[in-house]
Amino acid sequence: MPFEHETLVAFAKSFGLFYLIALSVAAGVYALWPSNKARFDQAAQSILEDEDRPCR
Amino acid sequence: MVAQLTRNERHIGLALAVFVSLLGLAMAAGGKQDLFGIHGLIVFAFGVGSAFLLISGFHLPEPSDERLTRYYDDPIKVGLILSMIWAVFGMFMGVWVAAQLAWPALNFDMAWTSFGRIRPVHTTGVIFGFGGNALIATSFHVMQRTSRARMPDQLSPWFVLIGYNLFCVLSVTGFPIGITQSKEYAEAEWYADLWLVVVWVTYLVLYLRTLARRQEPHIYVSNWYFLAFILVVAMLHIVNGLALPISLASAKSYTIYSGVQDAMVQWWYGHNTVAFFLTAGFLGMMYYYLPTRAGRPIYSYRLSIISFWGITFFYVWVGSHHLHYTALPHWVQTLGMTFSVMLLVPSWASAANALLTLNGAWHKVRTDATLRFMMVAAVFYGLSTFEGSFTAIRAVNSLSHYTDWTVAHVHAGALGWVALITFGSIYAAVPRLWKTGQMYSPRLVEVHFWLAVAGIFVYVFAMWNSGIIQGLMWRTYNENNALAYSFIESLVAMHPYYIARTFGGLLFLCGAVVGFYNLWKTIQLAPREQEVLRDQPAAVLARSSAVQPGE
Repeated sequence: MPFEHETLVAFAKSFGLFYLIALSVAAGVYALWPSNKARFDQAAQSILEDEDRPCR
Repeated sequence: MVAQLTRNERHIGLALAVFVSLLGLAMAAGGKQDLFGIHGLIVFAFGVGSAFLLISGFHLPEPSDERLTRYYDDPIKVGLILSMIWAVFGMFMGVWVAAQLAWPALNFDMAWTSFGRIRPVHTTGVIFGFGGNALIATSFHVMQRTSRARMPDQLSPWFVLIGYNLFCVLSVTGFPIGITQSKEYAEAEWYADLWLVVVWVTYLVLYLRTLARRQEPHIYVSNWYFLAFILVVAMLHIVNGLALPISLASAKSYTIYSGVQDAMVQWWYGHNTVAFFLTAGFLGMMYYYLPTRAGRPIYSYRLSIISFWGITFFYVWVGSHHLHYTALPHWVQTLGMTFSVMLLVPSWASAANALLTLNGAWHKVRTDATLRFMMVAAVFYGLSTFEGSFTAIRAVNSLSHYTDWTVAHVHAGALGWVALITFGSIYAAVPRLWKTGQMYSPRLVEVHFWLAVAGIFVYVFAMWNSGIIQGLMWRTYNENNALAYSFIESLVAMHPYYIARTFGGLLFLCGAVVGFYNLWKTIQLAPREQEVLRDQPAAVLARSSAVQPGE
C-alpha cells in the first residue's frame, strides 16, 4: 500500500490534533476534579509519615 | 545476602546462574576467533560467579518469617554502592576523553584507547552504569515505601540488578575492542540488547507486582514517573535495537533501518532516552526524596500530575530536532521543534513545583547539603530544559548544532540535573537504609556539593564559550563571500576551553570520589543486624513472630 506524504499529514492534522487535545483535557479534568483532591492531599502527606515497616 | 533467600529461591537462582554460564560457554565456543567469544567468556564468568555466590550460602538455614515484617533493602544497598562505583569509573573515563581533546597524545597511540572508542565507555558508564543503577535502586526503595508493601519475592530484584550490570559490563568491555552498533547511547550489540530486554521485562513485572500489593489507595506520583521510565525505555530499546546479526556466533549485526529512517529512529530513541531514562526516572526520585528530606509535602500534587502527562506525551515527538537541516522531511523537523518548545511548560512546572515545595524549608537548604543538592538540581533542570527548547528552534540550532554548545547543554542536564539529584537522593537514602541516622561526615557532603557545583560551572561556561565561538567562526564570511576561518583555526581557538573543561570535569570527579569514601565509611558505621533486631519495643518483637508470609 503506498503511504503518501499527504495521507500522513492529513492524519496528523486531524486525528493527531484531536487526540492530543482530548488527552490534555482528560489529564486536566482528572487532576482538577474536586473529589480527587482529598486523595491527592493524602498521597502527598503519606510519604512524610516515616514508617519503617511494610503493611505487608 | 544469600541467607535472606528462601530455599526455593536459591534453587531457581542457581538454575539461572548455571543457564547463564552455559549460554556464555556456548557463546565462547561458537565465537571462536570472533570478538563474540570474548564476550562469551565474560557472560560465563558472570554466571559462574553468581553460582559460586549462591553455593557459598546454600547450606544456610532458611530465613525466618520475621523478614516479611521489614522492607527488602539488600538489593537497594548493593545497587547504590554499584551506582557510586560506576560514577567514579564513568566520570574518570569522561575526564580522560576530555583530556584527549586538549592533549591528543593521551590516547597513548593505541587503537582501543582512541577518542571514538573511549567516549561511549564514558557515556555508557555514567548514563547506564551510574544513572541506571541509581534508578533501579531508588525505584526499589520508593516503590516499597510509597506502597507500604515489601517486594513480592527476593530473587527477581537480584536478577534485575545483576542482569542489568552484566549488560553494562558487556557494553563497556565491547567498545574498546571494536564491538559497537555505532548508534549513540545504543552502542551495545544485538545479544546484549536481547539480554537487556529480558532483564527489563522482569523489572517491569516486579514493579507492577509490588504496586499490586500496595496498602495505599492512590499510587504516589513518583511511581508514575518510574513506570513511565521502565515502560517507555522498553519500547525505545526494542524498536531502535531491531537488528539482524550476520550469524548467531558473531558480534556484528546490521540494523533493519537504512538511511534517513535509521537516523529518525535513532534520534527518536536518543532523545527519549534523555526524556525517559534521564528525566522521568529522576523526576520520580525528586518527587519522593525532596519532599521527605524537606519534611514538606510537594507544593502542588495536581501540578505534578498535569506535568507528568505533559512530559510523557510531548517528549515522544521531539527527537527530530536532532536532525534539523538534514535529509529528514522539513515538516518532521518542524514537528520536533514545535513539541520541543511546548515541552518547556510541563518541564518548568516540575522545576517550579520542586522549588516551591522548599518554601518554608529554606533554612534547611542552607544548613543541609543533601537538600541543597536536590534544590540546585531542580534549578539546573529548569535551566537545561529552557536551553533545550531554545536550541531546538531551527534558527538557533543552525548556530548551536555540531558545536560544543550541545556538549554544554548535555552536561548542564547530566551533571547539573541528573547527577546532583542522584547524589542528593543517595545521601538521603543511605542513612535510612543503613540506619545510621546521618552520613559518616556531613562536612564531606558539603565538600562534595561545592566540588560538584564548581565543576559544573567551569565545565558548562567553558563549553558555552567554546560552542558559540565555534558556531560563529563556522558561519563568518569574508568580503569575497568565502568562509573567513578554516576548520583548523576554529580548533585552535577551542584549545583553552578544552583544558578548562577537563579541569571542571576533574573537580566533579573528585566530588564523586569524596562521595564514595563517605558512603563507604557510613556503611562501616551501620549497626549490625543483631543489634537492629534487639533494639525494638517488645510489642513489635511479639507481633513479628505471629506474622504470616506475604504470598
